[in-house]
Amino acid sequence: MVPGVAEGEALVTNEPISGWGGVDPRTGTIIETRHELRGQSFAGKVLVFPGAKGSSGWSAQFHVARVMGTAPAAWLFNVMSTKVALGTVVSHAPAMTDFDRDPLEIIRSGDWVRVDADAGIVTITRKDS
Amino acid sequence: MKLSDEEKAMRDGRDGAAVAKAMDLLIRYGNALGAEDFVETRNVCGTVTATTPFMRDFALKQGGLDAVFSEFNLDSAEVVPVPKVRAFSSHLQLGFDPHHPVEMGLSPQIVEFYRKSEASAARMGVQILNTCTPYQVGNVPTRGEHCAWMESSAVIYINSVLGARTNAEGRESTSAAMLTCRIPNWGYHLDAARLGTHGVQLDIAVESVEDWGLLGYWVGGWVQDRVPVISGVGAVPNLPRLKHFGAAASSSGGVEMYHLVGVTPEASTETQAFGANKPVETRHYGARERRETYERINAMAHDRQVDYVMLGCPHYTIEQIWEAAQLLEGRKVHESCALWIFTPRAIKSLADRNGYTAIIEAAGAKLMTDSCSAMSRAVPPGTRVVALDSAKQAHYLPAILGVQAWFGTTVQCVDAACTGRWHG
Repeated sequence: MVPGVAEGEALVTNEPISGWGGVDPRTGTIIETRHELRGQSFAGKVLVFPGAKGSSGWSAQFHVARVMGTAPAAWLFNVMSTKVALGTVVSHAPAMTDFDRDPLEIIRSGDWVRVDADAGIVTITRKDS
Repeated sequence: MKLSDEEKAMRDGRDGAAVAKAMDLLIRYGNALGAEDFVETRNVCGTVTATTPFMRDFALKQGGLDAVFSEFNLDSAEVVPVPKVRAFSSHLQLGFDPHHPVEMGLSPQIVEFYRKSEASAARMGVQILNTCTPYQVGNVPTRGEHCAWMESSAVIYINSVLGARTNAEGRESTSAAMLTCRIPNWGYHLDAARLGTHGVQLDIAVESVEDWGLLGYWVGGWVQDRVPVISGVGAVPNLPRLKHFGAAASSSGGVEMYHLVGVTPEASTETQAFGANKPVETRHYGARERRETYERINAMAHDRQVDYVMLGCPHYTIEQIWEAAQLLEGRKVHESCALWIFTPRAIKSLADRNGYTAIIEAAGAKLMTDSCSAMSRAVPPGTRVVALDSAKQAHYLPAILGVQAWFGTTVQCVDAACTGRWHG
């Protein structure tokens, strides 16, 4: 739903991502205390996650991340919301949702992923292949 | 999206560059959501001031406050002159209280930069309410009124308690709405999304502010971003109770809409609240659920010596300030502790006139505005253990600042401030 083509290393989580209080846009890392990806950076990665949660400052956090050069390269998620729609739009990075198969069941962190949001195709190269 | 002639004209530059950029953003956003069209809105709450050092540096390097607004409010790389707002627009809370720079840890440069930013927002026609509770300082949407608001605790309040219609918008979408009077016609603007999805049966009385906060925290943790319908409400909850209930539910989960059968306007009956929906699940809330929620919120706390007590999340009402003043009158905040109470500027003005501010300050506490500890990251120096009467603040503050947080009643919090110890 945000056009464009980008590729990068996948960063995958089954836990929704919080914006305000959940990420640090200076470093592009997840800071939420109990998150499984706490301390890991999404900068330049293809972020694969269920959706957004938390405060309405979600879009502003990833907007600042883009300006600081730490935003994800592309977004793949499952649950639509105003937060994730606005946040991905202002990140300017290609974003896709509403897949024929659940990306969370297929993509693993470290895989190389190419997101063609214009054609609606996600291409995955396994890390170990 | 289907665009009206008016929307196309705004997009194509009839009303200037800023309006065109605003429509461009709203169209990209609406398309991303899958919205069919726009709805007109004349009630917007957002954030247009620039408060952080990052924004100040951006302004200095990229072309002043217009550059900040163009990039961070309109998602425009091109700097456009910022016009006056077209919709009735109100400003939400800030990242600090500019009247208390020492407590907030603010440099004079940041305070000066903010004053310019606030003056610029006022010139745009944005009402400087500076609170997370616009509905208690004059912005009271009516039933069915289409709004574009940020701030999760305010969104849930106006949707559920007032029957107004908004989604949880963001900085960019609300700023664009201020200039165009448009927001995607999606989510809670539509009847079907407002219907209940999950049922809650109350097995115990829910009466105090603490009771309502705990119920909200439990409900939100369960239903996440769905629409709960609560049946069995006894004593009708007033504004502070509903304020704390909604703030809790929108923090532990992402609830934007709820129904209290017999209380809220779209829930005269359970049948009306659910509409065509069959409940996904119904759960009972009783003594055990209340106790488990209380223990969960208090799980991070173990040291009974309290360094800091914060009241006013969401911003305290004048009734709550009156209650706190009665609890504080004739007492003193313990030398090892501090007490800060947050409220909107307009309410502080009332508190000043009624003598509550004098009582609070005579006790050694402070009545502050515009912000809170979670937003500002400001707590008294050396704070390790905090006491709160807000489930929302208790949810966020430990994660943001790494402090221990006790949650309880306002009476327990004021006792903690005056004794330096948590007795809950």
